[in-house]
Amino acid sequence: MPEIKVTPLGAGQDVGRSCILVSIAGKNVMLDCGMHMGYNDDRRFPDFSYITQNGRLTDFLDCVIISHFHLDHCGALPYFSEMVGYDGPIYMTHPTKAICPILLEDYRKITVDKKGEINFFTSQMIKDCMKKVVAVHLHQTVQVDEELEIKAYYAGHVLGAAMFQIKVGCESVVYTGDYNMTPDRHLGAAWIDKCRPDLLISESTYATTIRDSKRCRERDFLKKVHETVERGGKVLIPVFALGRAQELCILLETFWERMNLKAPIYFSTGLTEKANHYYKLFITWTNQKIRKTFVQRNMFEFKHIKAFDRAFADNPGPMVVFATPGMLHAGQSLQIFKKWAGNEKNMVIMPGYCVQGTVGHKILSGQRKLEMEGRQILEVKMQVEYMSFSAHADAKGIMQLIRQAEPRNVLLVHGEAKKMEFLKQKIEQEFHVNCYMPANGETTTIFTNPSIPVDISLGLLKRETAIGLLPDVKKPQLMHGTLMMKDNSFRLVSPEQALKELGLAEHQLRFTCRVHIQDPWKEHETVLRVYNHLKGVLKDYSVQHLPDGSITVESILIQATAHSEDQGTKVLLVSWTYQDEELGSYLTSLLKKGLPPSTS
Amino acid sequence: LQQQHEDLSSKKLRLTKPSKSAALHVDLCKATSPADALQYLLQFARKPVEVESVEGVVRILLEHYYKENDASVRLKIASLLGLLSKTAGFSPDCIMDDAINTLQNEKSHQVLAQLLDTLLVIGTKLTENPSVRMRLVEVACKHLTDSSHGVRNKCLQLIGCLGPVEKGVAKEAESQAAKDVQKIIGDHFNDQDPRVRTAAIKAMLQLHERGLKLQQAIYAQACKLLADDYEQVRSAAVQLIWVLSQLYPESIVPIPSSNEEIRLVDDAFGKICHMVSDGSWVVRVQAAKLLGSMQQVSSHFLEQTLDKKLMSDLRRKRTAHERAKELYSSGEFSSGRKWGDDAPKEEIDTGAVNLIESGACGAFVHGLEDEMYEVRIAAVEALCMLAQSSPSFAEKCLDFLVDMFNDEIEEVRLQSIHTMRKISNNITLREDQLDTVLAVLEDSSRDIREALHELLCCTNVSTKEGIHLALVELLKNLTKYPTDRESIWKCLKFLGSRHPTLVLPLVPELLSTHPFFDTPEPDMDDPAYIAVLVLIFNAAKSCPTMPALFSDHTFRHYAYLRDSLSHLVPPLRLPGRKLVSSPVSPSITPHEDPSQQFLQQSLERVYNLQHLDPQGIQELLEFTIRDLQRLGELQSELAGMADFTATYLQCQLLLIKALQEKLWNVAAPLYLKQNALASAAAKQILEETYKMEFMYSGVESRQVVIIHHMRLQAKALQLIVTARTTRGVEPLFGMCEKFLQEVDSFQRCFISELPHMQGSFVDKLLDLMPRLVTSKPSEVVKILQTTLRQSTFLHLPLPEQLHRATANIIEPTGESDNPLRFTSGLVVALDVDATLEHVQDPQGTVKVQVLYPDGQAQIIHPKPADFRNPGPGRHRLITQVYLSHTAWTEPCQIEVRLLLAYNSNRSKASAKIPKSTWSESLETLPQSESGIEGTIPFSKPVKVYIMPKPARR
Repeated sequence: MPEIKVTPLGAGQDVGRSCILVSIAGKNVMLDCGMHMGYNDDRRFPDFSYITQNGRLTDFLDCVIISHFHLDHCGALPYFSEMVGYDGPIYMTHPTKAICPILLEDYRKITVDKKGEINFFTSQMIKDCMKKVVAVHLHQTVQVDEELEIKAYYAGHVLGAAMFQIKVGCESVVYTGDYNMTPDRHLGAAWIDKCRPDLLISESTYATTIRDSKRCRERDFLKKVHETVERGGKVLIPVFALGRAQELCILLETFWERMNLKAPIYFSTGLTEKANHYYKLFITWTNQKIRKTFVQRNMFEFKHIKAFDRAFADNPGPMVVFATPGMLHAGQSLQIFKKWAGNEKNMVIMPGYCVQGTVGHKILSGQRKLEMEGRQILEVKMQVEYMSFSAHADAKGIMQLIRQAEPRNVLLVHGEAKKMEFLKQKIEQEFHVNCYMPANGETTTIFTNPSIPVDISLGLLKRETAIGLLPDVKKPQLMHGTLMMKDNSFRLVSPEQALKELGLAEHQLRFTCRVHIQDPWKEHETVLRVYNHLKGVLKDYSVQHLPDGSITVESILIQATAHSEDQGTKVLLVSWTYQDEELGSYLTSLLKKGLPPSTS
Repeated sequence: LQQQHEDLSSKKLRLTKPSKSAALHVDLCKATSPADALQYLLQFARKPVEVESVEGVVRILLEHYYKENDASVRLKIASLLGLLSKTAGFSPDCIMDDAINTLQNEKSHQVLAQLLDTLLVIGTKLTENPSVRMRLVEVACKHLTDSSHGVRNKCLQLIGCLGPVEKGVAKEAESQAAKDVQKIIGDHFNDQDPRVRTAAIKAMLQLHERGLKLQQAIYAQACKLLADDYEQVRSAAVQLIWVLSQLYPESIVPIPSSNEEIRLVDDAFGKICHMVSDGSWVVRVQAAKLLGSMQQVSSHFLEQTLDKKLMSDLRRKRTAHERAKELYSSGEFSSGRKWGDDAPKEEIDTGAVNLIESGACGAFVHGLEDEMYEVRIAAVEALCMLAQSSPSFAEKCLDFLVDMFNDEIEEVRLQSIHTMRKISNNITLREDQLDTVLAVLEDSSRDIREALHELLCCTNVSTKEGIHLALVELLKNLTKYPTDRESIWKCLKFLGSRHPTLVLPLVPELLSTHPFFDTPEPDMDDPAYIAVLVLIFNAAKSCPTMPALFSDHTFRHYAYLRDSLSHLVPPLRLPGRKLVSSPVSPSITPHEDPSQQFLQQSLERVYNLQHLDPQGIQELLEFTIRDLQRLGELQSELAGMADFTATYLQCQLLLIKALQEKLWNVAAPLYLKQNALASAAAKQILEETYKMEFMYSGVESRQVVIIHHMRLQAKALQLIVTARTTRGVEPLFGMCEKFLQEVDSFQRCFISELPHMQGSFVDKLLDLMPRLVTSKPSEVVKILQTTLRQSTFLHLPLPEQLHRATANIIEPTGESDNPLRFTSGLVVALDVDATLEHVQDPQGTVKVQVLYPDGQAQIIHPKPADFRNPGPGRHRLITQVYLSHTAWTEPCQIEVRLLLAYNSNRSKASAKIPKSTWSESLETLPQSESGIEGTIPFSKPVKVYIMPKPARR
């Protein structure tokens, strides 16, 4: 039985280091190639030796697909392709291809330049790696080789995020990557057609959460910022450079525009500027509002948001500053935070989750006195706010996507085991499909029942449909023909043609059967009685009494002779060809039951 | 006999129109290849065909049809047959048989589909004939088994449009086609082609529209179609389900996989709600729209649509809305958000959580958060409709509507504000909700702000803090956008009168009075102070204890405002101020307020005093006019009436004055100077009459007669003055003749009104008509002069409602000292924003005029899309005017104003067509006197400082 095998090298019952191996109909595909943020040793990258101990990866993998530019989905790519060695194609969408190297370079800089690690990939490796990338468009079907094809669907989440359908023949797998079913200020919602894949591999970050409407969150955020600015206070929003930052920028920009506000908004420079440039370019990947209005004005050409300069932090008067990094653990955001923390008019808004041990986590958990390096104590008087802006689908969203795609099996990755358990149970209960949640390194095998396409000649099709009733879509239909398997292709042809093509002579197969019945009458009378009986029972068939004393039902021949020993027993000889097997066996069983008592 | 008749008609056709069909015939015969023939047919299709020759043409086409081998030509012929049968006045029953016959031997599916389409056209023209319909349906049923989707499609369409609707007919004609059409169509719900499935559902809906009661059995089938792969099918199925839910709301249907049963309408509601999260946005829009009209749904289901059942890590979580509500009810307000404030509370039973099959659960939450704004708007509309019929639902959906005020698309924001206004009588805003609503007041879009003011006008607020908050925010709005002044005042007026008891405790604070100290008197011209006073005075109207809190200057300011802004400040019964509000006399019914009475009285006084000496009349008229004008300023609801009558009296006064002049008694040449006055009077009367006719909405034919009569008098005056001042008789001939023509047409136009005009100028004139026609110009002039002097003053009856068209240019304000600089020869766009009131058909009549200092005038026609209609009788013009001029040495002011264009002909037609007596005379109206076109300036001109700079070389 054909099967699909899935082995997560990362992201199996875990978040981070997404890397999933799929083998489908003899093709091996690797989905995502990410790093783990929690580790700094070998565990940060997936264990590629699982694929092959010796020998090049290229021989074992047909292609690699990257769903979006977050490092936990693409961070190990240069290591994988340049250091481990892979020369096959890497597929990603255009925005991902554009933004991915920026992030990789940044990651490299932090690891090598700041932390001083050696034996890490170099800038040149990133460049070489990107040369192997093939960019795809949304809904474009790309033929990787003759059998394997992939297709990208919009996934929301971040700019350029995509879900991929991998298809070989009639078997298919959909990998969602990270996706978002509710649109936000700059991206639309994920969408997929009813492609009915054999397997849907879905992320499940928020498997046990049903989220509130995002409008309340947005409104709260805007209100907080607005109030502070009106009071003359300064607002600090620590963000990571890409993704949410752009959403918040758009949100504030439009709000400023609408409300005619004058207070300046700054964005710390660097990475962001480069990335914003790409956001401007890939308008088709954004949401309806931005796509519709970009003719008048590109929403990413911010009017109110300007580049930040270190000196601005000391300027009097209200202002809003976006600064990196997002957890207040180092860099510009921490510097600004130190400057502003002492004034109760100011505010810091944490738009995302903070890891334990960071300043961000401390202030969120209510700490008001922070010990900084050099033993100085920083008293936090400014207001601290938390606003969650997350771009993953919640439980309802995941269910909605499953409903849209109608898969035959579901496999959950990218989430915590306990939460997955709940969702798995729900999916099995509500959709009646199998659901799997393998751990890292664990292989899940899914048996598929693919439909096999067979070519049929038009003549045969017409002939056969003409015999039967009108074709009914939902019901299978019986057909007579010869199945020919030749050069990996299947054809259904009429028997005559098959004989001709194969150069065989036609043989006839005839079944003959004798039926003994007790009948005291004369032979020809018996024949007559049989004839009358059959005629009465088989109203739809032509039953004929031939002059030579035999009976035909369609092409089935029945002859009656008296038994040589016992005249009271008559032997009925029933003979039919192979084609009439159905009717023939029916007739025999009918005759075996005997004739009804005489009616004449 | 039938045969003969046909022969006859075809023969006649040959006699009268030999060319049309014959030419086609010749052309088609000439055609050597199918491509040629197609060309001929295409050319032929471009020309219209007269009704008489249709049949002949059809016969020729059919003849070629049978001969033609090429399918594309046959297709074109088939489509032409359909086009021809549409010809007005042509009855296609004679060609029906032929059309049906052509179906028999047709092999091409495309042509078959086109032929069926033609039959559909024929059938729709002959809907009255049941036997024809039966036949066509029979034909369609026969072709339903065709293998092409196009043919099946058309067949279903045909059955849907023509299938028997009445039960009786079906029984009578007990032929095989009288089978249940519903069954036939229903069988195709499972067709293999999605287009056919769609067509089947559409046909079913068509049958429903035509009055056939659909069977409930279809419901189960339709439900299955909701899961179809194709969006058109799903979209149509949603409609069908909706129809069925309206037909059988109370039927009971079982819930699959359980033993329970629910009402059909609830089940359908749940299913349509489910479609709000469909994959295709077209279906989502459709579903969201239909939800709004399902009002029979039980409240339990309805309220589920707003509940998403939040959870976090398997623990039940409260929504932000719930938290806000709790915060509010616990008495704490606006606390800072804490980390973990939204921490989930109790654990939930994992088994009980239902993630998807929860029917209506959260449908609107999803709809309002949708990616496409079309869906969001549809959801808001649906919310509005459901909330209007269910107060409890209105209460619940409030939070969601308030959230929509922050949508990224302005249209959605506006729609949700309007929706909120519509349901506002059912609801009371909580403070935190009010807070969010008020935050939108700072929106830079004027439409949004005004909509919000309208909303606040009819909102209920629960606490005095709420009122205070609203006032503070409105004042903030006022400082930020001073142009919103009027709208804000109006808003506060209603806010005050709706919540007198809530305003009462705020009064000392608002007026900043102090129990011991005198506070400085606020500036009376400050719009913010006026806003506060408007709020207080309107509250004081139904709160008699409030005036006790006023300080002295407040009373003075009251008197001033009552006078200057009478539409915003109500009459108050103030202690020791009898002057302001006179004791209400029992004789006056509330219907007739004193000012109305005053108007009537002053008019009667004028009309009664016919025989006073001229001096007295003049004085009386002058006084009355002054009174009326003042009244118009004070009483906005009577302004139209007062102005209208004042203008009329002004005309009369001018006429009397002109006739009083001495020039009539003296030889003409001596008084050249004075006759300038008389002719000016005549001219002014003419202008005023046009204003009266076209600037007021609600003018009835009774008034039009009087206005035209006045105009006739003015023309007579003009004629007399001209006769007096010009030498020679020749010019007079023409003028006299023209005048007499006008009298004639007046008589014809207003013949039914003449009996009411006893003793008037025209009445007398008509008596003398035979004499006038024959006499010389000088004679005519003499007669006119005497009749004019002897004629009586006509009573002007007043209509029920009369409003004067007004316009107010908001932008440009005309206050800027900075000239608008631009390079000469190029254009500069000037934004014009104006409000129009009581203008009928502003798109056609309102123009913008720009006057340059050199006297050059430019008239701009705004685009129809520049007009918006915020309310009945009100319009808003937001347009851009392009200015250009040659270079000036220094900046100078140009004038911008609005004009009301009129055309005497058009307005006459539009005003009088409803009266049946007019319609005939109108047609005979001579062409010569149509088209008196002109413009009336109806807004104050605004000065704009501009400076065209010379172009730099």
